[in-house]
Amino acid sequence: MMANQDILVEVQHLKQYFPVAGSSIFKKAYVKAVDDVSFAIPRGTTLGLVGESGCGKTTTGRTLLQLYEPTAGRIIYDGETIFDSGLDGKKVKANMLPYRRKMQIVFQDPYASLNPRMTVGDIVGEAIDIHHLAASREDRRDKIIKMLERVGLNSEHANRYPHEFSGGQRQRVGIARALAVDPEFIVCDEPISALDVSIQAQVINMLEDLQHEFGLTYLFIAHDLSVVKHISSRIGVMYLGKMVEMADSNEITFHCCHPYTKSLISAIPIADPKISRASKRIVLEGDIPSPVNPPSGCHFRTRCPYATPLCAEKEPEWKEVSPGHFCACHHLDQVK
Amino acid sequence: MSEHLVDIQNLHLSFFTPAGEVKALNDVSLFLDEGEVLGVVGESGSGKSVTASAIMGITADPGRIVSGKVIFNGHDIGSLDEKELRKIRGKEVSMIFQDPMTSLNPVYTVGNQIEEAILLHTEKNKQEAKERAIELLRLVGINEPEKRIKQYPHELSGGMRQRVMIAIALACEPKLLIADEPTTALDVTIQAQILELIMELKNKLGMAVILITHDLGIVSSMCDRIAVMYAGKVIECGTTDDIFYNTKHEYTKGLLRSVPNLYEEESSRLIAIEGTPVDMLNPPAGCPFAPRCPQCMKICLKEMPPYHEFSDIHYSACWLTQKAEFEEAGKGEE
Ligand SMILES: Nc1ncnc2c1ncn2[C@@H]1O[C@H](COP(=O)(O)OP(=O)(O)OP(=O)(O)O)[C@@H](O)[C@H]1O
Ligand SMILES: Nc1ncnc2c1ncn2[C@@H]1O[C@H](COP(=O)(O)OP(=O)(O)O)[C@@H](O)[C@H]1O
Ligand code: SF4
Ligand code: SF4
Ligand SMILES: [Mg+2]
Ligand SMILES: [Mg+2]
Repeated sequence: MMANQDILVEVQHLKQYFPVAGSSIFKKAYVKAVDDVSFAIPRGTTLGLVGESGCGKTTTGRTLLQLYEPTAGRIIYDGETIFDSGLDGKKVKANMLPYRRKMQIVFQDPYASLNPRMTVGDIVGEAIDIHHLAASREDRRDKIIKMLERVGLNSEHANRYPHEFSGGQRQRVGIARALAVDPEFIVCDEPISALDVSIQAQVINMLEDLQHEFGLTYLFIAHDLSVVKHISSRIGVMYLGKMVEMADSNEITFHCCHPYTKSLISAIPIADPKISRASKRIVLEGDIPSPVNPPSGCHFRTRCPYATPLCAEKEPEWKEVSPGHFCACHHLDQVK
Repeated sequence: MSEHLVDIQNLHLSFFTPAGEVKALNDVSLFLDEGEVLGVVGESGSGKSVTASAIMGITADPGRIVSGKVIFNGHDIGSLDEKELRKIRGKEVSMIFQDPMTSLNPVYTVGNQIEEAILLHTEKNKQEAKERAIELLRLVGINEPEKRIKQYPHELSGGMRQRVMIAIALACEPKLLIADEPTTALDVTIQAQILELIMELKNKLGMAVILITHDLGIVSSMCDRIAVMYAGKVIECGTTDDIFYNTKHEYTKGLLRSVPNLYEEESSRLIAIEGTPVDMLNPPAGCPFAPRCPQCMKICLKEMPPYHEFSDIHYSACWLTQKAEFEEAGKGEE
């Protein structure tokens, strides 16, 4: 990443700790859902976030939008610090209302995220109302229909309810709702995971077209690295609340260096028998540890084939291994 | 007498719902030989699970086999009563599902549930069943099985629960394991573990496997043959190489084109299949894929394409591949 790039969204040392229900008030336990994560997304590009369930992808996205108040860290949007827990002593908590319009989210589950009692037109219209973006009733209606058409639905659909739509169509409604307020930045949280393979490509293409048309910036969350690689310019890999590696998409795919990223990539089933038969999978031992009580030092050490006593003692540093390629591991020289 | 382990012949199965008849399976024919791994792919609602259940002799209400036959291990499944079917299930054929939590009983320990399966199908006594349960947990790669058998399902991770389900399924070393989206709810690194386990056990025990999935990557590395389903029909079936490298049906082609390729350096635009999946209450006349098919012809909208064989085991139902016959039919029309 070039230093002079126009950064739209940046987080520094972001932390989000959730208290564990039932833990003692004297010795409170926390889930460190996001633990000291930093990244910057240049305007008009996509940062992909991958990792296994519970590693903190969704929480990163939601904390960045301040749907949760961050435990610590700094959030900078378009040059303005909109949140700072006082990293350098100065606390900031900006009024989010003007930013709510610019920063939108599309959810994983198109079934749960749409109000079943509202028509699709009103679901899209609600966002327009909240931000007073329509000059008149006609203007509101025009805007709704324009948005529905833009995502491949039509004016007839405006009067129908979410349950009358297929999964892919519902996801289009969710995207229309996010787009209706003319945002600059969208967190796409597993927007295609609930969809059939044949519908996934439709939605991916649409998100890409919309990005080009409106100059949108995305944080794209998914557990499917092939999809993330396809849509993202850069990719961050998370494990148990930590970012373990980050680089440009091709760099991650072809030259990743963290042992976890390597196993993640090798575990992806490739839809080509000649390749998949020839490739050797690195099958990791064991389960993902609980984020309430993560392993000391490097969180990955309980499953890492390269772990040494140092890995249990000391947390590995976040280092730039080549320009724009960051990784946190003690033993990069030994990883093959 | 059929020589295949599984031989499904022209199976028609419908659900008679208040809204009308849903033809969930529309003339499905499939076979599977001993020790073979068959992949079944297709989108949600295409009939994968219904086919699998039919092999087990299970048809959920209000479903009914309208015509056709399922032969499994020499048994004509349709002619057996519930008692006879129960003897086969778990012993000769077992099934594992996407969400192990729904098939495991939350109030019994893992040990109880495996032992129950053993006691039901073998002559073993309680002590022997317990020993076998521990042995099975070890077989499916669970550490400290003596400790684990005392635990309840909710105390285990998703991957471990799926291992327990596999242990139960294997209690009597069945000839056939049906795995219905066994890893869809799991993370990729855990998925890799479970898939490797299934293949290892298959080689060790010599059982046949039917692997149902929507993930073309999974079938590409694991299966000998693949059946592609669409709207209650097997629209193409062949060896894994046939399906990937000698693709005949337009839906299969579309499916293969629509997945992003991890190893391409320049992302090119994905080629999506347009339109929406079939409404099974109102399926289109003719080829069910016709409304979404870029190659759709006049005849596709009217008549269901018949099967065409490219080899003993590679066949597909698409008018395009039958140009000669198509021209014949076209002549008749004009
Ligand atoms: N109990 C039922 N009552 C009515 N219709 C049913 C029932 N079970 C299945 N069907 C219908 O049968 C068809 C095939 O269902 P099936 O569950 O086999 O699909 P599938 O391909 O396995 O889907 P998925 O991937 O979503 O599990 C669908 O149209 C479905 O709606
Ligand atoms: N509101 C919450 N309260 C308590 N714990 C939470 C909450 N949201 C998420 N977590 C926990 O934080 C961790 C990260 O969650 P999440 O970001 O949702 O993971 P994912 O990568 O699957 O999206 C998990 O251990 C999860 O259980
Ligand atoms: S720091 Fe140690 S345990 Fe962590 S990834 Fe590197 S080698 Fe493995
Ligand atoms: S039969 Fe016709 S509509 Fe159906 S897949 Fe073949 S070409 Fe397409
Ligand atoms: Mg999530
Ligand atoms: Mg199913």
